[in-house]
Amino acid sequence: MNSGQSNSLDASTQSVGDVVVSIKDVDFSYAPGERQILSGLNMEFRRGQVVAVMGGSGCGKTTILRLIGGQFTAQSGQVLFEGKDIGKMTSDQLMAARRRMGMLFQFGALFTDLSVFENVAFPLREHTNLSEALLRSLVLMKLNAVGLRGARDLMPAQISGGMARRVALARAIALDPPLIMYDEPFAGLDPISLGITARLIRDLNNALGATSLLVTHDVEETFEIADYVYFIANGRIGAQGTPDELSRSTDPFVRQFLDAAPDGPVPFHYPGQSLTEDFGVSI
Amino acid sequence: MMALHKLLDLFGDLGFFVRRNLTSLGLAARMFVAVILRSGFLLKRPRLVIDQILFVGNHSFVIIAVSGLFVGFVLGLQGYYTLNRYGSEQALGLLVALSLTRELGPVITALLFAGRAGTSLTAEIGLMKAGEQLSAMEMMAVDPLARVIAPRLWAGIISMPILATIFTAVGVMGGYFVGVPLIGGDSGAFWSQMQGGVDLFSDIGNGLIKSMVFGVAVTFIALYQGYEAKPTPEGVSQATTRTVVISSLSVLALDFLLTAMMFSN
Repeated sequence: MNSGQSNSLDASTQSVGDVVVSIKDVDFSYAPGERQILSGLNMEFRRGQVVAVMGGSGCGKTTILRLIGGQFTAQSGQVLFEGKDIGKMTSDQLMAARRRMGMLFQFGALFTDLSVFENVAFPLREHTNLSEALLRSLVLMKLNAVGLRGARDLMPAQISGGMARRVALARAIALDPPLIMYDEPFAGLDPISLGITARLIRDLNNALGATSLLVTHDVEETFEIADYVYFIANGRIGAQGTPDELSRSTDPFVRQFLDAAPDGPVPFHYPGQSLTEDFGVSI
Repeated sequence: MMALHKLLDLFGDLGFFVRRNLTSLGLAARMFVAVILRSGFLLKRPRLVIDQILFVGNHSFVIIAVSGLFVGFVLGLQGYYTLNRYGSEQALGLLVALSLTRELGPVITALLFAGRAGTSLTAEIGLMKAGEQLSAMEMMAVDPLARVIAPRLWAGIISMPILATIFTAVGVMGGYFVGVPLIGGDSGAFWSQMQGGVDLFSDIGNGLIKSMVFGVAVTFIALYQGYEAKPTPEGVSQATTRTVVISSLSVLALDFLLTAMMFSN
């Protein structure tokens, strides 16, 4: 297990060609002078792996996905997708790169005016000229992969949150992307849906030979399916390693996160005035 | 000293207000140009615009037609009472037709359109943003400005003159119903005065141009407000309110400018 920012993945252990996404010395804040969300971040995501990015709320996990998707631009550093810098791409190049990415949003982000079938068909209709018969077969195959072939005619308002997440997953893999990103895929799911979603992420990644990038809080499910885990704290990598390595870790930050301890390196109290100043008593 | 500070604060607030609104205006102008430049692909997929014409145009039909009828009734009544004083009640048809084609048709249609279709466009786009649907579209390499905004803008531009024409036609029928069968005016005079006094280009044509301009203004304001809305329930509700206020004021201001340009000597 590696701990700290300086210990990024050792490139010599795996071939460089395997790297799908590489984040190099990235700094990011929403506006100049505002709080630094990410600072000097280094990460690598390799082909065939399910990599989890974990950390407390507001630590910048989702920002990493937005940087890779080109929705945000880093103030400094590079975000490389298949060797090309996302931040320096033209609009057309960025669109071409996004066609090779799939993203599952936190609550699915299904188009509410389209049926389940049409939601999955959407990227295929937009980017291909497939015949209606072939498109139908492809969509039903994708829906079958997530177990919702029978729900094709339902509208998003008629399905549960867990089902919506699975439909969104089918839509995210519609174009068979080499990179699939998941933003909090387990949030708000019941145990059955949670287990199904976790299994699907692993199985689909294996079947497609893709790279999956998972942003999540859920330790148990994530450790079961992830090959590698990054912990983010204060805009940097607090710890990283395989789930086994992290489970055995004695690092205080990792232990606080894994044991769900209320206080530790991540303080319970938001920084502010001291008790003496607020209550006029000395402790 | 206090008065000086208050004065400085006032200037500061005024500067902030002006800068914020100028920034917003600049962003809107950039978005408008971007939407127009991305509209070319709609020629390949006209179905996207047709669907939106059904949504913003067809669904506004009833409110427009009913309003046109009542405005026509009132014009017929008021026009008859006023013209009767000067013994000119035979000019009722002309008065009703000119009022509707030049002013009331385009203006009231645009105001009703802002309330009916404009608010629903803002809410729809705002909720799509809040539900991350626009972000999802971007991540699927689909440009929301081209796929979502452009079809709706063109649907509004196409629908508005058609709705204004319907409003005017129904209004003329309302004026006729009150002026002729109800009050007992002369039917021949009603139609012949109208036929003789209404010019196809300067009256009907200018009225249609007005409604197209209003169509651009109202639809774009509604779409911009939705697109720039804060992605929260409160943000969407505020954006919807702004749509009605800004588009109504814009329609009235544009009407003054267009009338001055079109009908002055």
